[in-house]
Amino acid sequence: MDAKRKDFIATVVIDLIVAAVVGILVFLLAYILISGLPHVSWSFLTGTTDAFSGAGGIGVQLFNSFYLLVLTMLISIPISLGAGIYLAEYAKDNWRTSLIRSAIEVLSSLPSVVVGLFGFLLFVVKFKIGFSVISGAIALTFFNLPLLTRNIEESLSAVPRNQREAGLSLGLSKWKTEIGIILPVALPGIVTGIVLSAGRVFGEAAALIYTAGQSAPVTNFSDWNPMDPASPLNPFRPAETLAVHIWKVNTEGLASNAAQLSAAASAVLIIAVLLFNLGARVLGNFLYRRVTASK
Amino acid sequence: MEQTNFQLKKQDAQSHEWDARLHRATRATRKDWIGRGISYLCIGVIILVVASMLWFITSKGIATFTQNHVSLWKFLSGTNWAPDQGNIGALPMIVGSFAVTFAAAIVATPFAVGTAIFMTEISPNKGRKVLQPVIELLVGIPSVVYGFIGLAVVVPFMRHLVGGSGFGIISATFVLFVMVLPTITTMTVDSLRAVPRHYKEASLALGATRWQTVSRVILRSATPGILTAVIFGMARAFGEALAVQMVIGNAAIMPKNLISPASTLTSQLTTGIGDTIDGTLPNNALWSLALILLLMSLFFNALVRFIAKRGQLKNGR
Repeated sequence: MDAKRKDFIATVVIDLIVAAVVGILVFLLAYILISGLPHVSWSFLTGTTDAFSGAGGIGVQLFNSFYLLVLTMLISIPISLGAGIYLAEYAKDNWRTSLIRSAIEVLSSLPSVVVGLFGFLLFVVKFKIGFSVISGAIALTFFNLPLLTRNIEESLSAVPRNQREAGLSLGLSKWKTEIGIILPVALPGIVTGIVLSAGRVFGEAAALIYTAGQSAPVTNFSDWNPMDPASPLNPFRPAETLAVHIWKVNTEGLASNAAQLSAAASAVLIIAVLLFNLGARVLGNFLYRRVTASK
Repeated sequence: MEQTNFQLKKQDAQSHEWDARLHRATRATRKDWIGRGISYLCIGVIILVVASMLWFITSKGIATFTQNHVSLWKFLSGTNWAPDQGNIGALPMIVGSFAVTFAAAIVATPFAVGTAIFMTEISPNKGRKVLQPVIELLVGIPSVVYGFIGLAVVVPFMRHLVGGSGFGIISATFVLFVMVLPTITTMTVDSLRAVPRHYKEASLALGATRWQTVSRVILRSATPGILTAVIFGMARAFGEALAVQMVIGNAAIMPKNLISPASTLTSQLTTGIGDTIDGTLPNNALWSLALILLLMSLFFNALVRFIAKRGQLKNGR
């Protein structure tokens, strides 16, 4: 077989592979949306779940997912911002820094179920907080921190050196330069990273099963006092999220229409994640244009 | 005389005051200190989290051997998993985990490398416009959704195709294949793009076809990067819990074939940890499984570093 024919065959094979990959994604999205969307209705999105069978609406779970997301971001953004600034600005190139970097790498490569179990051990077993929103949010923070830190560090380091030098030559301190000059320039990249990680956090379930729990007690949505046990804002109540709900319905649920339920819930979850991905791109581009004054 | 002496003293005191004032930290400096302190604190929190995670899981995981006096060898080689009766042979789960991991990597690698070659060498334009979003969407789909589709599509399909329950290693492989595909593809694309342009130009100038250039020059020189990509994919497959747990059948027995129910370390942990009591043997045994997961994740990490070092030496960079 001559080289040209081999080249042709290889190209055809690669084209087929690519077609298969695209086909897989199209099939996945089509399957979820076609089998799930017909069952999504307003009463499904706002209704409550039957605690025994798992049938019924997903209102509480949807609220829990967003609430956990907000809490997680409130905890993890400041920490990873500080850590990212440290790595980009203050860290010297020595063994200590490389140890810190390896630690972050190890944390990011840990399976999420291990992170969840650690959260379970620490908050549920040792501190006796029980399955709660706050345990779940901190477990998700552990899971989120390394990626967000790396993203922020990369965005900060990508800012040209002369911006830094310009700030320092004006007599600004390192901190002032970082906060006043570097951070605004790096903001589009940071925001994109944050929104993308929000999508990941929103769909995460393995880290939550044993921290935020698998039950969604019906809460009183007219009660917004965070200290009240029945309030949806109470951080010490168990909170099953949408992703955990899908898992639960499929593995332990007794609902007769489990397949329909989880298809509909998956469709909602997928749409939320797609919106996060799209939002990351739009918001990143928007901020980039605003900050850099480029058209 | 008195007068001048007094004046001198006054001047002295004044200059002292100025001296102190000039040497005192300004507000900007103090802010700089505070800012630096905050950033040190944040990195400290992360280090504390990692250290306590390693410490807690290790100390819980070795309790099986130090408190319950189970021999390590029996744990690793035993095939009977019945913690309630004191039998904790973890081999079925270890074999299950490695089987799905290797199978998924073997299936996914050709697809990932093919896609990456298409994106970098054959049609970079379509690659950027079509395949990049496809890969990003595949990464974005949550693992429970993969598990649900596995349960709704792959398991019935396997049941139809080969009989039995449909749950098993082959179904888990299918699901993991799609999950690790984007990981391996993205990193392979990066390593193919890092191949110096003149390698490719030199090969084409010698009259080599595109495939000859790709297979003998580009893939050869990107091998360390591709290996790293595959290992990252394997690490993801090894640690994936829910999607696997939903389709593998969760039977803690030695897998005899690819189509009968089996279990992995992660699936056993997910189903078991809620049903056991803290401090008892069944609970400690599960923590030992978690310790294996942790050690494997550290091992994958070390492997990636080793390959990166070797690759650097080889390319003389």
